[in-house]
Amino acid sequence: MDFLTLVLILDSSLRLSTPLLLACLAGLFSERSGVFDIGLEGKMLAGAFVAAAVAYLTGSVWIGLFAAIIASVFMSVLHGLASITFRGNQLISGVAINFLAAGLTVLVSNALFHEGGRTPGLPPDARFPTINLPGALTRIPELRHADPMTLVWSKLLSGHTVIVPFALLLVPATWWLLYRTRFGLRLRAVGENPAAVDTAGVSVIRLRWIALLIGGVLCGIAGAYLSTAIQASFIKNMTADRGFMALAALIFAKWKPWNALWACLLFGFLQALETQTRAVNNLIGIALPSQFYNALPYVLTVVILAGFVGKSIAPKAGGEPYVKER
Amino acid sequence: MNKLPDWADVILIPLISILLAMGISALVILAIGGNPLHALAVMIEGAFGTSSNLGYTLFYTTNFIFTGLSVAIAFHARLFNIGSEGQAALGGLGVALVCLYIPFPHWSLALVAAFIAASLFGAAWAAIPAYLQVKRGSHIVITTIMFNAIAAALLNYLLVNVINLKTSQEPATARFPAVTHIPKLSDILNPLGIPFSTTSPANIALPIALLVAFLVWLVVWRTRLGYELRAFGQSETAARYAGINAFRITMIVMLASGALAGLYAINKVMGESERLVMGAVEGAGFIGIAVALMGRNHPVGVVLAALLFGALTQGGQILSQDQSAAIPVELVVVIQALVIMFTGALDEMVRMPLVRLFALLRPAGRTGG
Repeated sequence: MDFLTLVLILDSSLRLSTPLLLACLAGLFSERSGVFDIGLEGKMLAGAFVAAAVAYLTGSVWIGLFAAIIASVFMSVLHGLASITFRGNQLISGVAINFLAAGLTVLVSNALFHEGGRTPGLPPDARFPTINLPGALTRIPELRHADPMTLVWSKLLSGHTVIVPFALLLVPATWWLLYRTRFGLRLRAVGENPAAVDTAGVSVIRLRWIALLIGGVLCGIAGAYLSTAIQASFIKNMTADRGFMALAALIFAKWKPWNALWACLLFGFLQALETQTRAVNNLIGIALPSQFYNALPYVLTVVILAGFVGKSIAPKAGGEPYVKER
Repeated sequence: MNKLPDWADVILIPLISILLAMGISALVILAIGGNPLHALAVMIEGAFGTSSNLGYTLFYTTNFIFTGLSVAIAFHARLFNIGSEGQAALGGLGVALVCLYIPFPHWSLALVAAFIAASLFGAAWAAIPAYLQVKRGSHIVITTIMFNAIAAALLNYLLVNVINLKTSQEPATARFPAVTHIPKLSDILNPLGIPFSTTSPANIALPIALLVAFLVWLVVWRTRLGYELRAFGQSETAARYAGINAFRITMIVMLASGALAGLYAINKVMGESERLVMGAVEGAGFIGIAVALMGRNHPVGVVLAALLFGALTQGGQILSQDQSAAIPVELVVVIQALVIMFTGALDEMVRMPLVRLFALLRPAGRTGG
């Protein structure tokens, strides 16, 4: 494996980590507030479809992004109604949201475009523009003869859409919000001991709603990134379990923002390896099947969950609807 | 008093939930430019119109009885097994291995062996999440989600690299030997003078599923184990004080849940496709969640809800082929999602107005206590 292949794998890791990171941080807000969110997959899928459809119809990716956020937030509102307002089962509500998105996206897409659930391919103007850093090489023959520094600059750091640095910057922002603001303190407390927060005169319901809505916004962006940055159209079930992988990353990260970054980069890296199985196998000298890389994030998460290597403990009040004044 | 009469709880609430789900689905059909009444007519005709259509409906029903029972029995111990999908996939692997590699003299022996293999493989896939839940406190919902993904990767690997029919690019096993062919419903009914379509895949797994449902009822409501199981589901702390072993109950109920999911393969893999293909479960494990919630975790309810979802699935298939309607089969997924939402998560929303209504209707003298 040459240096170019390595840079290409790392570049694709970064691209694949981005939607995972956005969804993972969405889950982090929601679960830190005490609301389990296994509907990340569905919210992302809804965002992906609406972004592609609206970007195609209006020709503007920004309007598409905005619409994706609205769609994903709508799903969050459903989840909030069921799990906060009506104190229903948060897990079942999440499952329902995943299926609702899986069904509705195909129904509406087929009604709008008659392509069996696909949306038409987006022209370059209706996708997120890539940001090319000054001096970056873009043509493959040039890259083949470039020195390592130029390669890293041209391929790994340059050529991404604005969503990638945005997602990365969200990590310190989330950390600051969670550990350095009053809102963050309350949010963390409400996931551990909502009764104490309530006694202090802070609304548990309101905090949980805010957390859920932030999660909706982030999942919408993650979905839009899938269909208008990585791909150029919506395809049926295009999230392909990324929501569940983000959930796994969240557990792997022990519900902490910086850990979430490392977990998502690791899982994105494994996803990238899956596409480059042959090169990797040549390097390590063992013929591992591509499905191995596919399953590894989940296996690692189960191991972490089992507590054999650094136990991961969920926010204590997670999954329990809050009943004021029993 | 904020209790509903039992009959309202068992019949009225699921009924209102399905009506709400259907109503919203009708709005969705209207919104995408379809005619809900026409769609409903096509679906009913598609599900029950001919004996072949009915056969397909019963075939899907059989799938959902198994997966519905799988989710339901876990719910009794207040365990949410989202892993039926993966456990069913593993059951398919068990059936395929038995059918491909053991030379059976007769289909009945093959059926017994496949029954055992399907339940063992399904149970094995539920064993690790169950163990981690009791011994290490890992949330069973999360671990079973992970195990669904791991099962998909494992089957993908096995079907592509190991037990693939080498002559084909398709990720599937070879066709099972002819001797493992189990009787279809038509093979049983036609000699009895009841005409039934020979083209539909409904097979002997349907009576087996009904028998299994009866056994589940027997165990849950008529045995000591069943009592312990329901007590554990009502209150884990109380059950512990009563000397009920949490480890034992969790393991037994999850193994049973996995085995029930695995049995799905008898109907689908052995009874219909007669080989194992990629993604054979087709979401049946998840439909089991809707079936269990709607059936109120009772075997009779599960069978009825499975019939409803069997009819929806088959009717949805026919509807998707109807040129004038142009509604894809995903409509069923939307209905499924809404049923899960209303019966599972928004239960309180459906229940509150009913509770008030019943409180109003009750004679004043009897509400005093």
